[in-house]
Amino acid sequence: MFSKSLLSTYAVILVISYFYFRDSLVTTSVAGSALLFGLPLAMAAMVGILCERTGVVNIGIEGTLLFSAFLGFFIGAISKNLLVGVASALVGGIIMSLLLAVLTVNWKMDQIIAGTIINILAAGLTSFFYKQGYALPAILPRWNIPLLSDLPFIGPVLFTHGPLTYAGLILIITLWVGLFHMRWGLRSRSIGEYPSSADAAGIRVNRLKYLNLILAGGFGGLTGAYLALELVGSFDRGFSAGKGFTALALMIFGRWNPLGALGAAIFFGTAQAIANQLMITGVVNIPQPFINMLPYILTIAVLAISAGKVRPPAAAGRPYEKENS
Amino acid sequence: MKPILEVRNLSKSFGQVIANENISLTVQPGEIVGLLGENGAGKSTLVKAVFGILKPDSGQILVDGEEVPFGDTATVIDRGVGMVHQHFQLVPVMSVTENIFLGDEPRRGLLIDRKGAKEEVLRLSKQFGLEVDPDVPVEDLPVGTQQRVEILKALRKNVRLLILDEPSAVLTPQETDELLEVIKELAKQGVGIILITHKLREVMAVADRVVVLRNGKMVGTTTPHETDESGLAQMMVGRTVILDVKKSPAKPGKPALTVKDLKVRDDRGLLAVQGANFEVREGEILGIAGVEGNGQRELVEAICGMRDRVSGEVLVTGQATKNLNPHAVHAAGIAHVPEDREKHGLVASYSIADNLVLNRFDQSPFASSFVRRLDAVSDNAVELVKKFDVRTPSAENPASSLSGGNKQKVIVARELSQGLKVLVAAQPTRGVDVGSIEFIHKQLISARDNGAAVLLVSAELDEVLSLADRVAVISGGKIVATVDAEGADRNYIGRLMAGLKE
Repeated sequence: MFSKSLLSTYAVILVISYFYFRDSLVTTSVAGSALLFGLPLAMAAMVGILCERTGVVNIGIEGTLLFSAFLGFFIGAISKNLLVGVASALVGGIIMSLLLAVLTVNWKMDQIIAGTIINILAAGLTSFFYKQGYALPAILPRWNIPLLSDLPFIGPVLFTHGPLTYAGLILIITLWVGLFHMRWGLRSRSIGEYPSSADAAGIRVNRLKYLNLILAGGFGGLTGAYLALELVGSFDRGFSAGKGFTALALMIFGRWNPLGALGAAIFFGTAQAIANQLMITGVVNIPQPFINMLPYILTIAVLAISAGKVRPPAAAGRPYEKENS
Repeated sequence: MKPILEVRNLSKSFGQVIANENISLTVQPGEIVGLLGENGAGKSTLVKAVFGILKPDSGQILVDGEEVPFGDTATVIDRGVGMVHQHFQLVPVMSVTENIFLGDEPRRGLLIDRKGAKEEVLRLSKQFGLEVDPDVPVEDLPVGTQQRVEILKALRKNVRLLILDEPSAVLTPQETDELLEVIKELAKQGVGIILITHKLREVMAVADRVVVLRNGKMVGTTTPHETDESGLAQMMVGRTVILDVKKSPAKPGKPALTVKDLKVRDDRGLLAVQGANFEVREGEILGIAGVEGNGQRELVEAICGMRDRVSGEVLVTGQATKNLNPHAVHAAGIAHVPEDREKHGLVASYSIADNLVLNRFDQSPFASSFVRRLDAVSDNAVELVKKFDVRTPSAENPASSLSGGNKQKVIVARELSQGLKVLVAAQPTRGVDVGSIEFIHKQLISARDNGAAVLLVSAELDEVLSLADRVAVISGGKIVATVDAEGADRNYIGRLMAGLKE
């Protein structure tokens, strides 16, 4: 396992170096946009990982992204303050996850239906209250990290981004550490696998579920803020464009592991970035709609390949009830 | 001495059903208290209330002389109470170490101290003589070892009261004996123990004191010196129980089930049954005795069409059944009481009535063409529930609402209530209370007396010897000997089971 991942790391480095020495400018820009395309998907996948690892299937990621991006954009535009916008997006994400928590933990509703409710609710609210003619004062500025951003290739690819990109990357790694090396993670995973054993060990199952769903909502809000306030700087109806569902596929492809999902997301981002590059340089002449299809086709392909080989948390999708007999 | 546990006037009801009524109980340090009762008598409810899994309605629970709040597992664990649950509370994908320390993980800074945890597991396992590999995922361990993990988990803190809820229900006789030794050793080290079971032999072997529950009430306290197994059984059931099986001599007829050179692979692809040969005649019971894991499960599944045969033949009254599916095997006249009743015997979420016609729901009188006849299903259910003494308020309740013994009665009722030539009964009384065991044994004998050929597979040698007319010993996937049950030498059979030659 270790040697396998080492081997693939070498392979990736080799491929990148090959292209870098052929054309450093294009390679750097493709790698940079791979990160930009991939990161929101990775962050959205964290929402799914947090929820499912703790036993709640969340297909409402799409709605969470949409709603938080909506709040982030409009409140940011009206207040003319980007920080207020980011905070509103976080609140929006948490509102949606609290709704999911109430529906699934307290009311023990079917989790697929609960997620669908969130998606429909978010789509409805954001298009009903949508108004044209608002604009942000600016988008979140880039922070070039001193020294690090001067490194060749790695500098421009990794260290010349906006604050939410750094926040996202750091939080994904933190989540991985927490999930696999801290008490919180062991307990959360035990709830996702076999909640009654957690209960028997004195862990308060539903309280921890709530905490994790709120954290997941925070990740969703951050993703929405990133999309609306840092990456794109605008908002439209249907703004999230299926990213929440792609994120679910990445979560599965990454085996419910934050780093796995990050890797999968960057793979997706790379595919998108290469396709865009080919378009721009006119190497291939594919109509734009087909390029736009790419992520979805990749999603289907990836799921078809990995389906059946992966094992989701055993208790995901089932509400926990203390036994009564 | 100050009691480690004192329960005062504890009551708990679920809706209309009173599970515990005014129960008082004390346990001293180093004392083994056997908590005995039929399924549904309220034993599990009582200890779950003590452990904080259930909230009692009234009463007091004192650990070490101090009252503990209701429904607060964390506090109870903190005060030194450990519990080994009937259904293991282990996370299958996690390692032994992770399972043992779940909820109380040693830390180094913010991170879990894996190395320290592992060393602690090794130390515990040495101290109590419970050998485990700390790094293996629990799901890869055999059941007996999983239970060791459960016990270690309960012991990880300075445990002074250990509750074991039917610990032997899933164990082989050998594993049970090992467990009883462990329990005695723990008591010697000063741990107070509550042992819940309905196996009288275990209570007689280790308990200092026996508390008997029936229908949620305490019916008495005694010691193994003052009574014997039939005395305990009588207290449990509330009437005289015949532990010895009464049966008339068999009148064997023509061969009904013939197995020839049968070879079967297990799940790992290894040859688990290596050429079995035997026949069961009409009107006799052939018992298969053997240590579990010697091919019994594969043999039964191959006969019943649940597993492919590598080679060999299974004949029912001379007719070959070649790689038929379970439905066709059933149509050929083989009834099957499966070993794993939860998985293969019942659909837990279906009603009792539906479960009683699982094998015939599409046939007359329970269906005509494509339409089910629900009135016939329900009449059948009412009749069978009464005849087989299934304890339930209504046949429309889901099968999951039944206790283990009553689930088994539903399966036996379904399998016996049709014209059958062969009955294959695998571990028919495992995890079943005394009253139901007696009843199921009677049913097996009456099936035999009605001319059925019965193949009985059981891990309990006593059960095989008392029920069967002939005993076949299986070892390493082969039938190594067949003897008459009447006057069979227990030690000789035991040696054969262990794989020793003569």
